Amino acid sequence: MAAGMPIEITGLSKRFGQVTAVDDLSFTVEPGRVTGFLGPNGAGKTTTLRVLLDLERATTGTATFGGTRYRDLPRPLETVGASLDANFHPGRSAKQHLAVYATAAGLSKSRVPAVLETVGLSEFAGRRVGGFSLGMRQRLSLAYTLLGDPGVLVLDEPVNGLDPEGIRWIRGFLQSLAHEGRTVLVSSHLLSEVQQSVDDIVIISRGRLVKSGPLSSLELEVAPRTVVDSPDRLRLAGALDQAGLEYTEDGEGFVVDEPDPGRVGHAAFVAGVELSALHRVTSGLEDSFLSLVGGGEQA
Amino acid sequence: MRAVRALGSEFQKVFTTRMWWLIAILLVAYVAFLAGGFGAFLGWTIENPDAAQTTGNNTQLPPGMQLAPLLYSFASSVGYVFPVLLGALAVTGEFRHKTLTPTFLAEPHRTTVLSAKFVSQLVVGAGLGVVAFTTSVGTGAAALAAFGLDTELDTSDTWALIGRGVLAMALWGAIGVGLGALVPNQVAAIVIVIAFTQFIEPILRLAASLNEVTAQIGQFLPGAASDALVGASFYNIAAVGSPEALEWWQGGLALLAIGVVATVIGGATTWRRDVS
Repeated sequence: MAAGMPIEITGLSKRFGQVTAVDDLSFTVEPGRVTGFLGPNGAGKTTTLRVLLDLERATTGTATFGGTRYRDLPRPLETVGASLDANFHPGRSAKQHLAVYATAAGLSKSRVPAVLETVGLSEFAGRRVGGFSLGMRQRLSLAYTLLGDPGVLVLDEPVNGLDPEGIRWIRGFLQSLAHEGRTVLVSSHLLSEVQQSVDDIVIISRGRLVKSGPLSSLELEVAPRTVVDSPDRLRLAGALDQAGLEYTEDGEGFVVDEPDPGRVGHAAFVAGVELSALHRVTSGLEDSFLSLVGGGEQA
Repeated sequence: MRAVRALGSEFQKVFTTRMWWLIAILLVAYVAFLAGGFGAFLGWTIENPDAAQTTGNNTQLPPGMQLAPLLYSFASSVGYVFPVLLGALAVTGEFRHKTLTPTFLAEPHRTTVLSAKFVSQLVVGAGLGVVAFTTSVGTGAAALAAFGLDTELDTSDTWALIGRGVLAMALWGAIGVGLGALVPNQVAAIVIVIAFTQFIEPILRLAASLNEVTAQIGQFLPGAASDALVGASFYNIAAVGSPEALEWWQGGLALLAIGVVATVIGGATTWRRDVS
């Protein structure tokens, strides 16, 4: 296995005519950790990864592996394994597909059955890819990334199309790759898909960096609030108004912009309002994520 | 070293899909039908001149035209469309199936990949040439022998013609790569190959031959250059060929130049573009 090295994106911009897909983006992905590269569809994730892998040209800025551009890596497949889209020639078998690229990269033929075994496709090795399900294609795509036993893995939406068992498997697998010291960058448009396996997050929206850091830092993004309800909502609303608390009404009562339920309870007590519910809600990571990318309503 | 690996990978790409033998089967069927059929027909008319006369057809070969080389050259004069197609598909297929992504991840130097395609299709084209001439010589000589005519297989001229024909087929494979790089849309590339080789070029050759000046240009048309390289073609007796013809080596250089120029231009344009 090659050593994991950091992925360094510096001042990266990519414009397609008038459209700016990636806008002055900078972040670093460290080895030994799984990093989630997150953002809604169309945020510029895939474009960033394509520029990183020299499939597209940056308008300005650089994207390197420990300072070296992809095309300057002496042995690219043994340094970086990447899967961007599950595209194959439908007429080739899984084994043939991998063998074609093993030859191009000068890798040992024994790597082909080895990686097929790793992703659980051994029994389909001789089948034409044209008949593969989306999940099998995802696995074959992953097998391609592992062909050169690289120290860096770049995976674009690897969870897409996997069944629940496959999702559980890939989570554990990504963690084990990182524990071996590899750099693992996984993109997704859904935080919930990857939140159980990532250590760090990089969030982009409309081509710009919104947040990067450990996953736990996301929890601090949105303050906890208090949910309160009463058989007499009209009087409760009056009590909250009197105490100067901001709130919104929803199905289960009022959601108050106040982290301390004690203060909300006190306001009700002072006004003599009977309460049927009073508890604190910490917003989920997904809420924090959505509020950061501005893509959704507060749940 | 990288060039050798890229070349190996390109050969693997050709032989791990079904297209190559589909093309080979069509080539054999087409050449066998024309070389064998035309040989049998001409053999019959020579053996039965009276019967042939009564059909009202002028089946006389032009003076100095030998039958054997004409039949054998069907391999390249009509078969050249097949290596061009296979060469073009080697490039357009990567665009169509979006396999340029894994290809360029394994070898980020795009010029190395395109050069490997050029060289591999030269070799594959030569292979198709061997298949085509085996077919045309097999069926053509059988037809000639059946009517007691000279197969001319004992002359070095015949074998030199076959050798030049195999070279022409190799160069056509490389031209296919250039075309595919210029026109990455697979359907468009196939339409261009068929329309140009079967329709446009024969008409251009005929039109060019009508005038002294255009005839000079017409001899550089790829089909004309190819026939000049091989040294015989049914286009010559079909009176479609230009009266002007290049030397065989000039024809070969013209074909090579067409392939190289198309590949270089394609390599500097579509092949350089963002892959998405």
